[in-house]
Amino acid sequence: MTATKEHTRRISPALLYALLVVGTIIMAMLSVMFGSRIVAPSDVVRGLTSGASDIAASAVRTRIPRTVLGILIGAALAMAGALMQGVSRNPLADPSLLGLNTGAAFAIVIAITFFNLATPASYVWIALVGSAATAALVWAVGSIGRFGATPLKLTLAGAVLSSVLSSLTSALLLPRAQNMATYRFWEVGGISGARFNLMLPILPLFALGFIIAFAIAPSLNALALGDEMAVGLGTRLTLVRVIAWTGAVLLCSSATALAGPIGFVGLVIPHAARLLVGSDYRRIMPLCAFMGPLLLLAADVIGRVVTRPADVEVGIVTAIIGAPIFLVLIRRRKVSEV
Amino acid sequence: MTISSSSPASSAQIESAQTHQIASARQVSDNENSIDEITSLSPETTGTRAEQERELRARLRRTRRHDQLRSASVTAALTLGLLALFYADLAFGHEVYSFSDITSVIAGIFDGETIPGLSFAIGELRMPRVIIGALCGIAFGMAGASFQHLLRNMMASPDIIGITTGANTAAVFGIVVLGLSDIRLSAFALLGGLATATLVIWLSWDHGPNISKLILMGIGLAAALNALTSWILIRADQWDMQTAQRWLTGSLSDAAWSQVMPITAIVVVSGLLLIALNRHADMLRFGSSMATGLGVRVAPTQIAVLLLAVILLSAATATSGPIAFVSFLAGPIAFRLCGPNKPAIGRAGLVGACLVLASDIVAQHLPQAHVPVGVVTSLIGGPILVILMIRMACTKEV
Repeated sequence: MTATKEHTRRISPALLYALLVVGTIIMAMLSVMFGSRIVAPSDVVRGLTSGASDIAASAVRTRIPRTVLGILIGAALAMAGALMQGVSRNPLADPSLLGLNTGAAFAIVIAITFFNLATPASYVWIALVGSAATAALVWAVGSIGRFGATPLKLTLAGAVLSSVLSSLTSALLLPRAQNMATYRFWEVGGISGARFNLMLPILPLFALGFIIAFAIAPSLNALALGDEMAVGLGTRLTLVRVIAWTGAVLLCSSATALAGPIGFVGLVIPHAARLLVGSDYRRIMPLCAFMGPLLLLAADVIGRVVTRPADVEVGIVTAIIGAPIFLVLIRRRKVSEV
Repeated sequence: MTISSSSPASSAQIESAQTHQIASARQVSDNENSIDEITSLSPETTGTRAEQERELRARLRRTRRHDQLRSASVTAALTLGLLALFYADLAFGHEVYSFSDITSVIAGIFDGETIPGLSFAIGELRMPRVIIGALCGIAFGMAGASFQHLLRNMMASPDIIGITTGANTAAVFGIVVLGLSDIRLSAFALLGGLATATLVIWLSWDHGPNISKLILMGIGLAAALNALTSWILIRADQWDMQTAQRWLTGSLSDAAWSQVMPITAIVVVSGLLLIALNRHADMLRFGSSMATGLGVRVAPTQIAVLLLAVILLSAATATSGPIAFVSFLAGPIAFRLCGPNKPAIGRAGLVGACLVLASDIVAQHLPQAHVPVGVVTSLIGGPILVILMIRMACTKEV
């Protein structure tokens, strides 16, 4: 999407944010209410405020970490997507399409296989290394050549490296049935296993990622004008790129470590945000922070409702929602832009 | 007289894939006003017009003979290489058997005799794996080369544009949910591959195949299909899961004699049809209007080639799993061996078979036991693909 003023701004920002806040609260309520047992809104309030120990109240309390994790991860993935799209000027950038998830997965499988690590708290550091290394590799391969990192080259580099890494992952997993059981539940991308004590150690990373995303947004605007213009405006290109990639990698690898690979959120939400508020990253970032959680919670609730009492993992639902949007995005683009 | 067989461009000089289209363009112009064009290209020829013409005809014949010789020798070398790999793959394993042992077992199969010990170890355990490996390699190679050839882009191999993933998802669904096996599983994977191919090609059609969109669509769709596959897999029990995972990586370890007949039939029929169609399909690279002028019915040819390629691909995927990068690599390798002017679909099949068998031999001897063959091909193919991407990126926009 180019940085022109073609985007309509129909809604005033105040109204938009009010709608989003209300929407997120409603979604969070629904997320706490629905499950294999549906509880009434009054039970939610009771479960939150009193120490009641009946089934409804304890169901509410077990679902709260999941909802909180959904909000956290939705925001992280959406903002990571916005960062990647901004820094690479690549409208198709998404953590999962660029292979960062596979990199994280490969690192985690190495850790499970050779170092006997088994808790998400230890996964996160490994996932961070894995996805950072993959991000660097994809970027390096994708940006070689005269035209720099075109969307096509970056996506292709991501797909190729993913394919190689996932082959290696299964080579490591196949002879070890026990590890495979651990891995395959992680692999689908779900937030059902959320626990506060697992999330706490990773919160600083999320915080750092969010701060970077907001702080770098003005520089992303400058970057969108093209390298020469950006330099003319006093932007230090390399510094901005490195910081923005760092933020993106922090956000999406923390999210991946906690919830497994969840695709398409980072792709779809920044585009939706751009449609609503135009191409200014100072407006896009906060919008992503609200819309990401909204999509993720909605996907999670949908996944819990359609096959009750079993869950469809949120990663599957976002893929099913996201893929058609992705196809439409490509379909609409002109040949020369791709 | 077809364009490809009357090519005056010296194939030996034009090696790389990148110059493919330039070469084709030159051939077309050569054919339109051949004499003048070539005369201007070779300033060293002097003398009268008639002498020049004679000289040119002689050069043309030499080039053509050189091309034919080269393709024939490449085909012969590939066939010999395939035979050698076939024997080697039968010979090496837990125990190493001699050439004569293997020959006597093969002779025994034709005579209906069994040789104690050997017939089981070679004939029952190794033979189906090796035969299926070779057949799937041929199928992957031919299918990949057809796609690359028809869409005129190396990146357009079925691995990359998501068709393999479609066949995968269907097959996993078939195994886990429907409990299919053998021929019905192959048919189901075939449907999945066909459906995905239709969807991806239809969605990316912009008054003709748009490669950039095709690749992006394929990757996006593959991401969604992969999510679906993992979702099906976590509902499978441990044993199914392990089988499916092994199969998803591309493995020959479950090969059995019962699978040999269906895949042989599909590879022989579709492969021969593809080779027969190749002469027409080859002309599509000059653009559809030129091809129409040369008497090719463009749309039916394109559809027939794509359909046959998808059938080959899905059948092979259903048999051995998606052995990574074979369909991507076989085309460019065959292309390099034969030069740019020869339709190399059949040879791409031979290259594919050699790749699979060689990787299978390596896979059996890696320090970590029981590595599926797909891991080896992806370790070879991944870096090569990256190198090709870099080279293409340095010369033109990918």
